[in-house]
Amino acid sequence: MEPILTINNLTKKFGYLTAVKDLSFTINKGNVYGILGPNGSGKSTTLGIVLNVVNKTSGDFHWFDGNTTTHDALKQVGAIIERPNFYPYMTAAENLKLVCRIKGVDHSKIDEKLDVVGLLDRKNHKFKTYSLGMKQRLAIASALLNDPEILILDEPTNGLDPQGIHQIRQIIKEIAADGTTILLASHLLDEVEKVCSHVVVLRKGEKLYSGRVDEMISSHGFFELKTDKHNELLKLLEADTNFGKIKIEEELITAFLNQPMSASDFNKMMFNKGIILSHLVKRKESLEEQFLQLTDNQQN
Amino acid sequence: MLRLVKLELQKLWLNKVSRILIFVSFILPFTVLVLSSIKINFFGFFTLELGELGIFNFPIIWHITTFFASYFKFFFAIVVVSMIGNEYSNKTLKQNLIDGLSKKEFILSKFYTIVFFSICATLLIGLASFFIGLYYSSYTEVSIIFREVEFLLAYFVKLVGFFSLCLFFGMLLKRSAFALGFLFVLYIFEWLIFWGAYEALGSGDLAFKVKNYLPLESMYKLIDQPIQRIVMTKFPEKTDIAYDYAVHWYEIVIVLGWSALFIFLSYRLLKKRDL
Repeated sequence: MEPILTINNLTKKFGYLTAVKDLSFTINKGNVYGILGPNGSGKSTTLGIVLNVVNKTSGDFHWFDGNTTTHDALKQVGAIIERPNFYPYMTAAENLKLVCRIKGVDHSKIDEKLDVVGLLDRKNHKFKTYSLGMKQRLAIASALLNDPEILILDEPTNGLDPQGIHQIRQIIKEIAADGTTILLASHLLDEVEKVCSHVVVLRKGEKLYSGRVDEMISSHGFFELKTDKHNELLKLLEADTNFGKIKIEEELITAFLNQPMSASDFNKMMFNKGIILSHLVKRKESLEEQFLQLTDNQQN
Repeated sequence: MLRLVKLELQKLWLNKVSRILIFVSFILPFTVLVLSSIKINFFGFFTLELGELGIFNFPIIWHITTFFASYFKFFFAIVVVSMIGNEYSNKTLKQNLIDGLSKKEFILSKFYTIVFFSICATLLIGLASFFIGLYYSSYTEVSIIFREVEFLLAYFVKLVGFFSLCLFFGMLLKRSAFALGFLFVLYIFEWLIFWGAYEALGSGDLAFKVKNYLPLESMYKLIDQPIQRIVMTKFPEKTDIAYDYAVHWYEIVIVLGWSALFIFLSYRLLKKRDL
């Protein structure tokens, strides 16, 4: 696989605070990556370092095969950070023209990219008249101007209303479908779950996990159960080595699997033992549950 | 280089306030110059014609126009500090860097714009002085016309130096108003050094020599005040008011040195800073 960004032992200290601690990971071409972590976990700092606006304390990173300078590499990268930053007194088209000048791209791309984000009819309106959602879409158009190898998005849906969030996600999906590599930093787990194939989880500047989203926790899922013979079921489950942790919330019993087992096998087994289930659902943890589990484990 | 200048000019030109300020800083000295060169009749009481005083004679005209025109540099100074302040307050500095402008290019685009503006201002004042001089001057021999054109060079260096200082203050303080305020602080600071030097060396002349090395004073010293010279031409027999008003090479070197230092420090500051 072709690497796009390689980070080795990157560390950033702000005085006594270590924002990023010995971080290493690689971004390969064609995948959609998420950087996941609570607020203040070092996501934006990491992106700031690779985007040349924050100075690293130690470690190193390189773009592509390592033979391009960061300055040149950034011309092949599209990035938006935290909030859309443009000149308020310029129109959308003028702002994009400025970005074209910086990136050395032809002006003809402007209309095309404004069309992608649905702002073509507002192109001659001043940036300061835009709503936050429109500003964020303009930022995406700006990041796409150079047809980047990789698109970096830092909290792209922050502060948007549901329609805005939906629009942005739709645009991201369309871009990903075109084969553009995407790196998405977010603290919104379902966002990462919906969009990303790979994930890097950070907490307090340290990497907790990096790899495929679906392999994040080696879990076989869990059963949610209800029955009239509540206590008998509990006893059975506790005796069975197939099950690990068991959680009880009033009527509902949640039993976590230690090894794979299908719902029908389980149902049959219970029936043979004379327990009739009134409720049986087999589920895998959502990313949110996996994430909390991951961050919890590390705390202990 | 052209790319960087174009970049900055787009930022400035589309901003209404800076466009007006640029206009004013070009038009105002020009207008004042033209107005002062025409005959003004004060309701029939008397006519004022500054040309009659001989101030538009070659070569003194170069000295006079550049000296007075340099006061209008404050308008563009506001543009310079706000072109840094705005980049910080709009966070567009960060965005520019992410879009692929290097920190060096960012500073250079500002510096080239300063040089570009200074060239334009120098050319404009140069041409205006030339034509007004041709009209009024009692002497129009080529050798006399082009004597002392070094005042134009001094004017150019003075502008570049002053705007570089503003650029540095803008980068240092990130806010336009603070940067302008700091110019005043520096002015007082230079007088404090003068006072300190006076106490230490015990002589006003020596203390002035020290002060001549400081940024604002060295820029001011490039073009000495011409009033005394005008008086000198009226009373040539009074030799005690004679003074050295020439543009010296070392004065230019000092100001260029300061400019280089300010630009370099601005770059260092930006390089060290986390945005």
